[in-house]
This record gives sequence, structure tokens and C-alpha cells, in this order.
Amino acid sequence: MIREIFMNVPMMLVLTIGSYLLGLWIKNKSGISLLHPFLICIPVIVSILKVLDIPCSFYMESNRLIEFLLGPCVVSLGLLLYDHIATIRKNMVSILVSVTAGSITGIGSVYILCRMFSLDDIFIKSLEPKSVTTPIAMDLSAMLGGNTSLTAVSVVLCGFIGAVFGPAILRIFRIKTPVARGLAMGCAAHGLGTSRAIENSAVEGAVSGLAIALMGLMTAILVPLFNMVFPL
Amino acid sequence: MKTIKGIFIILLFLALGNICSWCIGNFIPGSVCGMVLLFIALLCRIIKEDDIRTTADFLTRNMTIFFIPASIGIMEQWGLISANIAGWLCVVFLSTVCVLAVTGLAEECFIRMSGRKRKEAEK
Repeated sequence: MIREIFMNVPMMLVLTIGSYLLGLWIKNKSGISLLHPFLICIPVIVSILKVLDIPCSFYMESNRLIEFLLGPCVVSLGLLLYDHIATIRKNMVSILVSVTAGSITGIGSVYILCRMFSLDDIFIKSLEPKSVTTPIAMDLSAMLGGNTSLTAVSVVLCGFIGAVFGPAILRIFRIKTPVARGLAMGCAAHGLGTSRAIENSAVEGAVSGLAIALMGLMTAILVPLFNMVFPL
Repeated sequence: MKTIKGIFIILLFLALGNICSWCIGNFIPGSVCGMVLLFIALLCRIIKEDDIRTTADFLTRNMTIFFIPASIGIMEQWGLISANIAGWLCVVFLSTVCVLAVTGLAEECFIRMSGRKRKEAEK
């Protein structure tokens, strides 16, 4: 009976948005910037689906509407690039070279490490774009034939690792200038890295935001090229 | 009015991006092409930034919500991940550290080099 009431499209949309709002509310109440809404949403939704015995495929099918907005979301990043045009003009060459180096490192390291840990090919396909912002990473993963769910979760994990250990790692490698720090955080840990970088300084945050869009663009160009050279 | 105009422009660029992506044999996802096209249009002042600001900010600020549905799909993949959990965690961790170090060091080198050049020029 309860299952019938819940198993419809509007209810599934309410579940997604409601759990997101709950996540935001908990984050704001606790004041912990690392308590990302994602960490609250996923367990809440999974447990509700399990309790009501609603198939995961039904939930995903009902949320097509929300998932569609990933595309517009990527397009909106064009405005982010435009906002930082002054920074791009000032450090054009160095930023482009550094982001390209970071992008190649991201793709190559996943390929090599997955082989080293003898992981399945699906991991390589799904993880190669993991350093870029989630919507772009999911598009790239789908293009490669990876698993978009695995990509989305890996990207968020990657963001957490960057946001938590990033500052310590930057200190170990003696990376001190705000531009370099911001760029590294944005390239390695996308949105989560940026929110951490903003806490340090405004410059770091701005460069980091810019790095998200550039890293996405670079990786989108380099992933297909990499796959031509190193086919699976 | 402004919001709907923003939605229109962003969807239009997504559609244009898809066409662009198709023209280059789907080499780059349509959404990324759309992002570049929007950036160029803003630079050339074809699109006014005020027209899309509200909508674009809404989309980028609440990005998390849009990939929650796909992430729930992890329930079905859980077997695959739990069988390889150590490897998966190691790959993501080590790869993230590599990207952080390489990007940061590259940019740091550039800045130090240009700083040195500037000092020499001053002398």
C-alpha cells in the first residue's frame, strides 16, 4: 500500500530535491564546509528506496528531468570562464600549460594505476575523467563507454580527497603562490577544491574556479586523444 | 522574464554545442562545445552576461542536485566496487595527489621564472 503511494514520478522528484535541501540545511546548521550535501543525500535516498523496496532503475527513470539539467549546467560554466577573463589574459601561457600537464597526469595516472592494481577496464573508462567537474566527467565517461554512476561517485570522492589533503600536499611540494595553489586545487578537486581554496584567499578561489572550467575543456579534448594512442 | 531568457539562451547553446559536436564526429561532448560557444559569444558581446547571469548562477551553484540521480545508480554497481574497493580508493587517491602536485609545481615554476625575469629587467 505505502509502496503504491510512493512509487510515482513526482514522489521520486520530491525525494531528490527534499534530500538535497536536507543536506544543505544540515551543512549550514553544522557550519562544517566539508559536510557536502552529497554525503547526506545518497544515504538518505538509498535507505528510503531500500525500505520501500523501490527499484533503483525506477528512481533513475523518474529523475530524467533533473538529470537532463547536467547539460545546461556545463554550458553555464562558459560564464564562469568569461568572469575570469582578466586572470586568463594575465597568465594565459602558464595557466594553459599547467592545466594541460595536470590533465595529462590525471588521465595517464588513472590508466597506469588501474593497470598496476589490475582493475577491470570499466574502471579505466569511468575514472579517466575523474579530475573534472562531475557533469563533464559523466559526459566523457558515457562517451568512452564507462559507467556514469561509478564516475559520479569517483569524482566526488576525488573532490573530497583534494579538499581534505590538498593543502597538506601543496605544503609538502612547497607550492606557495596563491595562483599556483588555486589552480592545483581546482584542477585536482573541482568544486570541492574551490570551496576549500576560497577559505584561504579570494585570489586562490577565483583561479580555482577558473581551473574547473579549463580542466573540463582540456580533459574533454585529451581523453579521446589518449584513447587513440592507448586503446583498451 | 530574465530567467526564461536565460533558460532559452543556455538551451540554445546546448543545442548548438550538440550540432558542433556532431560535426566533429562526437569527438567532444556537446555540452562542452556549448560551454566554449557560450564563452566565445560572451567575449564577442553577442550575448549580454546580464541575460544569463541568474540562470547560469542557479545551475552552477546547485550542481550537486543534478548528478544525484545518476549517483544512486551506484546501488546497482555496488558489487563491482566492493570487490575492488581497495584498488579503487588507491587509484583515486594517488591520481588526485599526482594532479595536485603536477599542476601546482608547473604553475609555481612559471611564476618563479617570470618573477626572476622581472627582477633582472629591473636591474
